[in-house]
Amino acid sequence: MGKRVGIVGVGQTHHAAHRLDASGVELIAEAVTRALDDADMSLEQVDAIVIGNMDHFENINYVDMWATDGLGSCMKPVFKVTTGGTTGTTVGAAAYYHAASGLFDVVMAVGWEKNSESDTQAAIATCANPVLERDPFAGAIGPLATEYSMYMKAYGATEEDAAIVAARDRNNALNNIYAHNRMKVTVEDVLNSPMLSYPVKFLDMCPRSDGACAVIFAVEEKAKKMCDRPAWVHASVVRHDYTHFGDLEWQWMPTLERATLQAYKYAGISNPLRELDVAELYLPCSTCGVKWMDSFWFCDRGESPKKIIRKRVTEMDGELPINPSGGVIATNPIGATALIRVGEAAWQIMGRAEGRQVPKVKKALATGFGGCSWSDVFILGADLP
Amino acid sequence: MADWKSEVEEVVFPGKICVPYSWTVGSTLSKWYVQLRDDGEIWANRCPSCGKVYVPPKIKCLDCYKDMNDWVKLPGTGTVETFTVVHYHEPGLHPKKPPFVYGVVKMDGADTGLVHLIDVDPDKVKVGMRVKAKIAKERTGHITDIKHFKPLS
Amino acid sequence: MERVAVIGVGQTKYGTDKPETFHELVWEVANKALDDAGITVNEIDNVVSVSSDFWDGRTISSMAISDTSGAFGKDISTVEGDGTFGALYGMMRILSGSFGTTMVVAHHKGTESSMSGITNTAFDPLVERRLGLDAVTSAALQARRYMTVSGASEQQFARVSVKNHGNALRNPFAALPLEITVEDVMASPMVASPLKKLDCSPVTDGAAAVILAAEREAKKLTTNRKRVWLKGVGHCTDAFRLGDRDLADTRALKKAAKKAYDMAGVTTEDVDVVEVYDAFSYMEPLWLEGLGFCDDGMGPEITERGYFDFGGKLPVNPSGGRLSANPVQVAGLAGMIECVLQLRGEAGRRQVKGAEVALAHGINGMCGQSHCVWIMGK
Ligand SMILES: [Zn+2]
Repeated sequence: MGKRVGIVGVGQTHHAAHRLDASGVELIAEAVTRALDDADMSLEQVDAIVIGNMDHFENINYVDMWATDGLGSCMKPVFKVTTGGTTGTTVGAAAYYHAASGLFDVVMAVGWEKNSESDTQAAIATCANPVLERDPFAGAIGPLATEYSMYMKAYGATEEDAAIVAARDRNNALNNIYAHNRMKVTVEDVLNSPMLSYPVKFLDMCPRSDGACAVIFAVEEKAKKMCDRPAWVHASVVRHDYTHFGDLEWQWMPTLERATLQAYKYAGISNPLRELDVAELYLPCSTCGVKWMDSFWFCDRGESPKKIIRKRVTEMDGELPINPSGGVIATNPIGATALIRVGEAAWQIMGRAEGRQVPKVKKALATGFGGCSWSDVFILGADLP
Repeated sequence: MADWKSEVEEVVFPGKICVPYSWTVGSTLSKWYVQLRDDGEIWANRCPSCGKVYVPPKIKCLDCYKDMNDWVKLPGTGTVETFTVVHYHEPGLHPKKPPFVYGVVKMDGADTGLVHLIDVDPDKVKVGMRVKAKIAKERTGHITDIKHFKPLS
Repeated sequence: MERVAVIGVGQTKYGTDKPETFHELVWEVANKALDDAGITVNEIDNVVSVSSDFWDGRTISSMAISDTSGAFGKDISTVEGDGTFGALYGMMRILSGSFGTTMVVAHHKGTESSMSGITNTAFDPLVERRLGLDAVTSAALQARRYMTVSGASEQQFARVSVKNHGNALRNPFAALPLEITVEDVMASPMVASPLKKLDCSPVTDGAAAVILAAEREAKKLTTNRKRVWLKGVGHCTDAFRLGDRDLADTRALKKAAKKAYDMAGVTTEDVDVVEVYDAFSYMEPLWLEGLGFCDDGMGPEITERGYFDFGGKLPVNPSGGRLSANPVQVAGLAGMIECVLQLRGEAGRRQVKGAEVALAHGINGMCGQSHCVWIMGK
């Protein structure tokens, strides 16, 4: 059977709206160099590399080939995976399977994006079926607004609930030197920000960022030598069920429910709210931070506003701190975004999260989300799985 | 699957992905292009560890993964390592009407080749031919600031 | 290490004008592979799809086929590149212990997009892209370099095309079977010297699927006759810029091949049949050198002597190769399927007698920047 795998190093760029100082390949090199430094190792020790992004965001075909200089992958095995918004966790999962398979000992996952280089919503719109759906589909905000307005009607959630989540993530970002948007924000600020698509307002929504992230995975024997406290992979699960938009369940997230349920089973978790110590969740919009709490099994369906959000359970000093890094609404270089979740969760376990460190993290949850209806889940632990 | 067409007309939607792009050139190639645009010169950079000289310049050495801070000016001459005479036309893609010549020019003073157009009679182009870069008069800071390579006669 | 087997395969007939949509193509091959394995979709526990957002003209292109690939409710991921890499991911996921049976499916419709425009986007927008290079012109640069280094002639390259199009006459799945001569290839229109039309693979549509299973599952799921073991695999990447490489140097392929041979515990002597990535005629002898079947520079001459013919010492591309059908993301996976059929003794009129060990090969990027090599056995 497969090998146990731990994360031994994480690196990320300083993310920003426009990184005009660095080309895409230079951003990748920045993240790779930092991950190698974090793991205190050299590139020669890396046996294989996995990379991904979203093709139509920079219009680079064969990114795995183009990125060679930044990856340091000349004469190494390189592999490309891509699944849209979840590309970051997809890259992480592929690196994990590279190592867990026993074929490679040390594997680096790299996600990156320069969202400043194109029209993000125009590129995202091309994910819709060209024959049936592309013409009326306008991008990511509409579907997120729609699902939350349904949730509001069904369960009495409010715009203020979403604003509480937005303020939490944005204020957490103040503690993260890598975050793109770092601003002190009140619930009122969020509520007063311009309406994008009811009920989603400007400060509820993620930005588009330039950035890259690299995470180094190693098999047990190597990980123990390289790192005194590796973040062990306890579960890596993906679910996806989209064919047409009209087929989707909008009131809850079936793929997220199934993916987390499977991951908790692998990790031996029965009460996630209590047993998890920190979560880095791919919440592209603050509304998801309300609605999806149900699908993470933190509460029963519809109970998130009352039992989670309004009780401030997920603040830094709450029972389960969510997004100490500031999450996706602070930083969103799309192909890297989900990998940053994995990297941040790993750093929490490794005790390297600096100003945003949650004390005594033994189990961490990291997720990826992508339209349409992709849900990726990682569970990392301080103890061997 | 095949017989449905006898009953129903085959419908095909034409389409095009229209997304505008810009590409950040970054520290290394920006320097290269500014030198090319302002001074009409072709520079390369050298690995501090193994000494390999790259053109276009590299952000990291391919073999050593070291930062490359050591710059050298190239004479702009080189040798045709390989070439092709292109006989088909892709409007909007090809910079010239066929037949025209692409080549990899092994640059004097560097360890790598530069891919570019070679302005030469397609019947006369040869591997090993000595060529020199022709710098464009109007320069914008792009690879086409080297207009093409021309045989050294 | 636990062994992984191919327990079922399915492919469309490859064509240059297939009317089916992506999801119809995938529906066809997924069902064929399931039938071939004698299992139902419920026995598949994860799916790896292979597609390209560029070729499909769709962001997250795998979403077009997630239902027909049988991925609903299952763990799915998407490899972008050649199908040989998709199979590699399928095997890794099984070896990790997380999964037992993987569906790997690839689709491609070259006729629905622009080869030149799409492969041009594989070049760096900061340097070479504006010069208008594409897969054909860059391959032509590699072909000329190979001629310079090896002394090969255009006629010798043409001989590869004659052989592979001829082999395709025996393969009902091939898109372009042709009975042609070296003179025909030489007389076909010059595309980018030294490559002529018949040195280049056709723009092709099609899909292919393989089902991989862990040894524990492979025993349970299928008979000995159908099971083909994945014995070794290796992949490796060379430099990106064409000028950074010696285009006739196959060092990345050599490294990938060594890994695959070592893992399988075989040498070139043990290999009975080869499916190599011949998107252009010159590539076949060049990659055969990299794979170690002859000395560097000897590929064209040995090909000319008939060594790699269907009736030769080592049959190469009995399917007709990519020259007879090149659905890009599918191409290497189609080669793996041909190897499976050869090892099972089910290759019909193109059967290589007594094939025990087969090699399949796929590439990514321009001029074979990256390679994946598979050794398969009974
Ligand atoms: Zn060096």
